[in-house]
Amino acid sequence: MIEEGFVHGDSVIHRLDPRVRTVVAGAFSIVVATSDRFVALVPAVIVAVSFLLLARLSFRSVMPRLLMVNGLILLLWFFLPFTSEGEPLFTLGSLKGTMEGIMYSTTITVKSNTIIMTLMAFVATMPIFTLGRALRSLHMPHKIVHLISFAYRYIHVIHAEYGRMINAMKIRGFCPRNNLYTYKTYAYLVGMLLVKSYDRASRVRAAMLCRGFKGNFYDLSEFFMKTSDRLALVLLLLVTACIGLLQWTRIIY
Amino acid sequence: MDENNLLIKLEGVSFGYPGGKPVLKELFFELRAGEKIGLIGPNGSGKTTLFHLIMGLLRPLSGKIEIFRHPMKDEKDFRAVRQRIGLLFQDADDQLFSPTVLEDVAFGPLNQGKSVAEAKHIAKETLHSLGLEGFESRITHKLSGGEKKLVSLATVLAMKPEVLLLDEPTTGLDSETTERIIAILKEVDISYVFISHNMDFIAQTTDKIYGMMDGQIFLEEEKIPHTHAHAHGYGKVPHTHSYRNNAVRNLKKP
Repeated sequence: MIEEGFVHGDSVIHRLDPRVRTVVAGAFSIVVATSDRFVALVPAVIVAVSFLLLARLSFRSVMPRLLMVNGLILLLWFFLPFTSEGEPLFTLGSLKGTMEGIMYSTTITVKSNTIIMTLMAFVATMPIFTLGRALRSLHMPHKIVHLISFAYRYIHVIHAEYGRMINAMKIRGFCPRNNLYTYKTYAYLVGMLLVKSYDRASRVRAAMLCRGFKGNFYDLSEFFMKTSDRLALVLLLLVTACIGLLQWTRIIY
Repeated sequence: MDENNLLIKLEGVSFGYPGGKPVLKELFFELRAGEKIGLIGPNGSGKTTLFHLIMGLLRPLSGKIEIFRHPMKDEKDFRAVRQRIGLLFQDADDQLFSPTVLEDVAFGPLNQGKSVAEAKHIAKETLHSLGLEGFESRITHKLSGGEKKLVSLATVLAMKPEVLLLDEPTTGLDSETTERIIAILKEVDISYVFISHNMDFIAQTTDKIYGMMDGQIFLEEEKIPHTHAHAHGYGKVPHTHSYRNNAVRNLKKP
C-alpha cells in the first residue's frame, strides 16, 4: 500500500536526526511556498536538487513521483494563462494568453517541484511512524500526530478489506462497465468500507481501553541530537533564511 | 460456597443492542479463582457481548456485575478492573496498533504507571516467555496472522492480569500456532474464560465447558454419546478420547 521506498538508504540525510529533518523541511517549504520572485526561486530549486543528491535518491525512483505531481500541475497550465489579467502575449482562437498568466503558472510549477523534492529528501527518507514521533517531540498537536500514525497503521488493514471485497465481487462475475449498476455497486463498496472502518476504529479503541488507555501515548525510544545534527540544523536554516532574504529584501533586483 | 475466591459474578444481566432483539436475558455467570472455562455456542449467541460487558465496554440494561467482589457501576470502576483482566480480541489487528512489537507490548504496562525502562523490561520478558525473542523491533502490521495472534497474547499477558478472557484465540490459526497457544495456556497460572469453536482446543485447555444459548449460560457436563467423523485411523472401532469433555451437543438446561 505505502511502500516507504526511500526509507532504507544510507546518506548524510538518512543519518540526520528526524526532528532536524522535519523542522528544515517545514521551514524551507513555507519560505518557498510564500516566495514569488525568481531571484529566490531559482536558487531554491538548486538547493532542493542538491538535497536530493545528498539523500542519494536515484533519479529513476524520484522521477515517477515528480511526474505524478506535475500531472496535476499541467491542469493549471490549461487555465491560468488564459484567465489571468494582463498584457496579451498570444491568442488561441478567441482566447488570449497573458504574460502574467504564464509567469504565474511557471512560479507555481517551480514552487511545487521544489517543495516536493525537499519533502522527498527529508521526510520520505524516514518511516512514517518516525515522522509521527518527531512531530510529537516537536510539540505538534497530539491529535494530528495520532491521526498520522493511526491512518498509516490501518490503511493497510482497510486496503486488505477493500481487496477482499473486490475479490468477492469478481468471483461472482462482477465486471465494471459504464452503467448505473456499476456506479451503484462501487458506491456500495465505498459505503461498506466506511462502515467497516468505523467499526474497526471502535474495536481498536475498545482494545486500547482494555489495556488501560487514558489518552496518553508513550515513546520508548528517545531521539538523540549529535553535534553534527545541531550544525546541520543551523546550516540548513541559514540556507533557508538566505532564500527568504532574496525574496523579501532587495539585495538583488 | 466460599465467596472469597469469586472473581467475576454476573447476576440477572440482560443486554440488547439498540434496535435489535435482546442478546442476553437474565444471565447468571460466575468465575472463581483457578477456574478454566470454555464457552461455546452458536454465532450471535452473545459470547463476545458477554466479554465486553465484563470489561465495561458495554453496559447491561439490567442486572448486576461484580468483579473482584466490587459492584461495577461506572467507567471509573471498570477502569480499575481493566488493569487486572486481560481481554484478547478476536481480530489481532484490533489489538496491535503500535508501530513495533515492543511498543505495543509495553503499552499496557506503561498505562499501569510503569516507567519506560520497567515497561521495556516487562515487554521483553513477556516476549521471551512466549518464545518471541527477536520480535521486538518487528513492524506489527507486517507480521503473519499467527505471529499477530501470539504478539496480541503477549500484549495482554504483559499486564500480568489475574483473569484472561480470550475471544476465539485459535480461529484462523494453523495447528502449530494453536499448539503453541495451548502450551502457553497450560503454563499460565491465571483463571481464564475463552470462546472457541475448536472442540479439541477446548478439551485440552479447560476444566469446565459452558454453553450459551438463547441469551443464557448452561453448564455442559454430561457426556453425550454421539458419532463423529475421524481424521485418524481406527475411527470405526469403539474408543474413548483422553479429553475430559469430548461432547458438547444438544445443550439443555440442567
